[in-house]
Amino acid sequence: MNGDRRKFLKVAGLSAFALTSGLAGLGLPTKANAQLAPGEYGHGDATVHAKRWAMVIDTRQFKSADDYKPLIEACHKAHNVPDIPGDKTIKWLWLDTYEHVFPDDMNEHMSDRVKGAFYPLLCNHCTNPPCVRVCPTQATYKMADGIVAMDYHRCIGCRFCMAGCPYGARSFNFYDPRKYMKEPTNPRFPTRMIGVVEKCTFCAERLAQGLQPACVEAAKGKILFGDLEDPNSSVRKALAANYSIRRKPNLGTQPGVYYLI
Amino acid sequence: MLEKLLSGPKSYYLWLLFLLCVIGLCCIAYAIQLTTGLGVTGLNRDVSWGLYISQFTYFVGVAASAVMLVLPAYFHHYVKFKRMIIFGEFMAVAAVVMCALFIVVDLGQPQRAANVLLHPTPNSVMFYDMIVLIGYLCLNIIIGWTTLEAERLQVDPPKWIKPLVYLSIIWAFSIHTVTAFLYAGVPGRHYWLTAIMAARFLSSAFCSGPAILLLLLFVVRRLTGFNPGKEAIHTLATIIVYAMCVNVFFYCLELFTSFYSNIPGHMEPIHFLFYGHGGELAWVSYFMWAAVIMAFASLAILIPPQTRSGKYLPLALIMLVLASWIDKGLGLLIGGFTPNMYESFTAYMPTGIEITVAIGVYAIGLLVLSLLWKIALGVKRDVGNFCD
Amino acid sequence: MYNARPVCIGIVILVVLLTAPFWVGLFGKNYTETGVQTPTNHEACVEDADFMRAQHMRLLNEWRDQALRNENRTYVAKDGKKWEISLQNTCMKCHTSYKDFCEKCHISNSVSPYCWSCHIIPTEGK
Repeated sequence: MNGDRRKFLKVAGLSAFALTSGLAGLGLPTKANAQLAPGEYGHGDATVHAKRWAMVIDTRQFKSADDYKPLIEACHKAHNVPDIPGDKTIKWLWLDTYEHVFPDDMNEHMSDRVKGAFYPLLCNHCTNPPCVRVCPTQATYKMADGIVAMDYHRCIGCRFCMAGCPYGARSFNFYDPRKYMKEPTNPRFPTRMIGVVEKCTFCAERLAQGLQPACVEAAKGKILFGDLEDPNSSVRKALAANYSIRRKPNLGTQPGVYYLI
Repeated sequence: MLEKLLSGPKSYYLWLLFLLCVIGLCCIAYAIQLTTGLGVTGLNRDVSWGLYISQFTYFVGVAASAVMLVLPAYFHHYVKFKRMIIFGEFMAVAAVVMCALFIVVDLGQPQRAANVLLHPTPNSVMFYDMIVLIGYLCLNIIIGWTTLEAERLQVDPPKWIKPLVYLSIIWAFSIHTVTAFLYAGVPGRHYWLTAIMAARFLSSAFCSGPAILLLLLFVVRRLTGFNPGKEAIHTLATIIVYAMCVNVFFYCLELFTSFYSNIPGHMEPIHFLFYGHGGELAWVSYFMWAAVIMAFASLAILIPPQTRSGKYLPLALIMLVLASWIDKGLGLLIGGFTPNMYESFTAYMPTGIEITVAIGVYAIGLLVLSLLWKIALGVKRDVGNFCD
Repeated sequence: MYNARPVCIGIVILVVLLTAPFWVGLFGKNYTETGVQTPTNHEACVEDADFMRAQHMRLLNEWRDQALRNENRTYVAKDGKKWEISLQNTCMKCHTSYKDFCEKCHISNSVSPYCWSCHIIPTEGK
């Protein structure tokens, strides 16, 4: 190696180092703390708050799959969920049988009512969500009130969260969702874009306006929604008075959706 | 040393041209996927990873396997490997390039890939995977290039390269361990939730990677006359057979735990892979049985020392590579996803476009490998370290 | 180094070409020349116009992070006025025309943000 080349390599190495360390600096939290806007951020006046949102579904009050239909419709309408046929579909709230929803609790001699009924599935908003643990970009995260939310702007579509979620609660936009809707059913809510993952949000945007989640509203009292940390909340009272189960409790994720059977 | 790329026989240029044409054609398939979305693949809501991620996993193993040459040469001063080592390192470079591409083609929003670095997330295994892969790529480029340069000038490699070589040995184990953690750490996927996953990955990598290297070197020997050395080949074949035995043994451990414990979730994926569902074999079952047969056939040839160094060695290596590819490149993902989260079955089969894109990535890997090996062969020929 | 001169000239040309977008960007159109139409029946935006012109994209990013991650869905501006954080429902309430507002500047300056692949452009004329 002659002198010139050595010098060149040194300079090149130093600049590469400077460049990469500059890149690393971008990710430091100090910068993120500085606020750009001159104003202040806060919750809305109407917002309903909780320490840990949870849902109790009284499945005994739903007589057939048709009873759940208005709930699914309300949810999918409120969030512009496209209707894609086949196995590349998007689902926020959907139905399945006992055998598939609670595979660990199945026994073939249980009552026909329990075994034959349909049960609603949605994101469980776990206390220890595996999807949040595996997401490489923090595009999915747990908020202070227990809701597991998503930032579709940041999602890179790696689908690690779908592999991580033990409940199959997540859907991937294999196609441009807008091609599967005539026009968005709710013009006040965004759609999603191609190549990102999506799921139920416990209607965080409705809670901010003081409303109950769309499915809870449509269920007319058959689904309860409230603060799990508050002993006087409707959900806590219902759980104290009834026998309830959750999906795959042995995985330690601590789902926030309870089923009264 | 780059000037070595500029001279070569006609067949060399034809080979490069052929690869470029394949890459060009496969780019069209990728363009279709990019515009239409991953809907053009066989993936679906329940089987959300498929061919791309499995190929990624397989080639992380191929990359890591370079350590099977580096470790004996540097830790045990086994000098016979010295002539061949650079080919292992350059193959690792090509393999990591392929890994990166397989990840990119799998992303739904590839233009946002930098988010992994812009929003570093230490709790995600994928974040570590990216770091270790980039690190391993750099290590192999630096080590490979520097030692080859030293060989060209017929001097000892600079002293600072030694610590990097030792680091790369440990690093090689880390890349495949971290890749295994992608799978072994998620709850609810029974086929993956096993502590032996990383060990299985390493053993399968340490037999299949050197096997691929040997097969490619046999091709190079036929084309250029380069000879890695009889004893080196024999030693590497011995390493391969040990690793393969461990690999098969580890898989049997999985079988025991699943079936003796009799836990349905743990039996179902394996049962599905070999027997399909509802009395009908799945397409992957044929592959799995073929893998079993080829694994044992390759061992039958490789274990007796006479046949190991005989003319059936290439055949045995081909069977070994195919068997390990089916296990890791097909079975791992399909077994993990197809008995799905509802304990029911969702089928997956890669589509034509998906396979074409994967072939494109293979072609890019081959192109990188051809160019790097061309340089290495040129240097070896110049300094007379070409054959016995 | 062999052929130092042509190599250096070549490197300079390459660097200039690679950074060309930045140079061209410096000579991008001023907003007044783009034909952008600001709302006529509203007096002020969330913050003053200069701030909005220079920082709206960063403000939107900050709004997004505050609303989605901290559930801070209300913004109290410097003048004390309260706004619901929403591109679709707040910004576009006044800036009713995507074509005459957003697009005018973005097209002249070759910017293509992906806001509207998810957010819904309000139907104009309502």
